[in-house]
Amino acid sequence: MSDLNQEMADRYKNNFLKEIEEQAEMGEWVKMCMQCGLCSGSCPTNFHSGWDHPPQEIFMLIRAGKREEVLNSQGMYMCTSCYNCYVRCPRKVPVTHVMHGIAEYAYRIGRAPKAQPTMHLSKTFWTNATKTGRVNEVQLTQSLYFKEGIGAGIKKAMEMQSEALGLVKAGRLNPMEALGMGHKCKDIKGIHAMLAKAEELEARNKAAKGKE
Amino acid sequence: MARKEYAFYPGCSSQKGASASNYLVSVQSMCKTLDIKMTEIPDWNCCGASVSYAESGELPRIAMNARNFALAETNLPGQEIVATCAACWLGSRESKERLEHNSQLLADTQTALKEAGLQIKAIPEIRHMVEVLIEDLGYDELAKPVKKPLQGMKFAGYVGCQTNRPFGIAGESFENPMYLDKLIETVGGEAVKYDQKVTCCGGALAFSEPEKAQAQIKDIIESAYDNGAEMLVTPCPLCQANTEVYQGQINKKYGTKFNMPVLYYSQLMTLAYGGSSKEAGLNGNVIRASKLEQFAGK
Repeated sequence: MSDLNQEMADRYKNNFLKEIEEQAEMGEWVKMCMQCGLCSGSCPTNFHSGWDHPPQEIFMLIRAGKREEVLNSQGMYMCTSCYNCYVRCPRKVPVTHVMHGIAEYAYRIGRAPKAQPTMHLSKTFWTNATKTGRVNEVQLTQSLYFKEGIGAGIKKAMEMQSEALGLVKAGRLNPMEALGMGHKCKDIKGIHAMLAKAEELEARNKAAKGKE
Repeated sequence: MARKEYAFYPGCSSQKGASASNYLVSVQSMCKTLDIKMTEIPDWNCCGASVSYAESGELPRIAMNARNFALAETNLPGQEIVATCAACWLGSRESKERLEHNSQLLADTQTALKEAGLQIKAIPEIRHMVEVLIEDLGYDELAKPVKKPLQGMKFAGYVGCQTNRPFGIAGESFENPMYLDKLIETVGGEAVKYDQKVTCCGGALAFSEPEKAQAQIKDIIESAYDNGAEMLVTPCPLCQANTEVYQGQINKKYGTKFNMPVLYYSQLMTLAYGGSSKEAGLNGNVIRASKLEQFAGK
C-alpha cells in the first residue's frame, strides 16, 4: 500500500463517502444517487465481460463504506465516455464524471490496478498529449502495443499491419511521427510551466481538505 | 469579408498526416463554398480528451483548455471558437462551463495560465461546426449551393456519442437526434432509419480493449447494412476511424463481410457543392467510397 493510501484511510477513518466527496472530482454527487440502475442499464460495456461493479453498485458501495471493494474495482475503467448514463440519470448525477473522478483518485493514491489496459491508455494519452502540447498518434499507438514488452508489441503490430498500411496509404498515419517528427506547440515551455503550477495548486487544494 | 468568421480549433486528429486529416480537407472545401472564414487559433493545444481522466486531474485538464481560450481571445478577439472534433468541443465546453460557475477554479486557472504568460477575460462561445451550419446558416442556406444532389444514395447517419451527449445540438433529443439525417437530405441523399444512430463505437476502448469496442462497432455496421445503407456518415473523428478501420478485424473475428465506407458530413456537402474527390478528401478513406468517387468524376 502506498503511503498516500494509508494517509487518506487514516484521515477519513471509516467515512469513505466523505473521502470520495472531498477527494474525487464530482464525488459530492454520489449521495444524490437513488439506486434506480438506469446508469448501469445504459452502459454499452456493461454487457461485456470484465465488469465487477457498474456505476449504481459503485455508488452504493461508497455509501456503505466499502473502501477496499471500490478501490479494487475494475468498474471505473470500463467507461467509454459515451455519456449515456450522464444524460439519462433522473437525479442529474454526472455519472461519467464521477466514474472518471473515482478512477483518478484511485490512481493518485496508488490504488489503480497496474495492468488495467484503459488505465494504462489514460496515463499514456495524457503524457503523450502534454509532452509537446499535441497528440503524437504514432507514438501513442506504439506505447500501447509495446506495453507488455517487445515480443508482444511486435505481435500486436503484425496483427494490425493491414490497418496501419491502409491509414498510411490514405495519408492518415505519418510514420515519421515515430521518430518524434510531427506536430508540436511552439510554447512547450509555457505549457509545461502552466501544468506544473496547475498540479501544484490541485495538490494543495486536495491536501487542505478533510483536516480538522 | 467573409459572411461568417470564427476562431478555428481543429484538434490533434485533424492535422496533416493524422487520423482525421481528410475531415479537415473537406471542412475547408465546404467552408470555402459557404463563405465561412475559419482562422486557426495560434499555437492551440490538445483538449486532453475524455480518456486522460486518470492521469490529468481537473485543474491541469481545465488549464489546457483555458490556454486555448486565452489564445483565441488575445489573437482573434470577438470570435467564437469552432471545433470540428467532438472531443475538442466537449472538453472546451465543459471547461468553459466549470470556469464560469466556479470562482476558485477560475482563480487557480488564472494562476496557472500566468506561467504561460496568458490570462482569461471573457471566455468565447464554444461551437461545433455542425452548430455553425444549422444554427448560423440554416438548412435552406446550406441547400442553396447544391449543384449535384446525391440522389439515390442511401446513408446511415451515425451521430455517436460526444457530438450528442452531454451537450448535444440545441433542440435535438439525445435518443434520436435528427440533424444529421436532415443534413444528408439537404444534399439530396436518403437517410435510412436504423437503430444504432447514437450507439457508442467504444471510443478510446478501441485501443485498450478492442474486443469490447469491436462488438459495439459490429452492431452499428450490421444495423446500417440491414436497413439498406450503402455508407455511414458521421460528425466525429473517432467514430469515423473506429467504425472504418476495424471492419477488417471484425470480419476476421465474426465471419462478416463488412466493407462499408464511412464518410464525414463535410465530405458529402463538398461533393454536392460540386467539389472534386480530392477536395472532399475521399483519398483519405481507407474503405474507398468508390460510388462517390465515380459521382465526383462525372
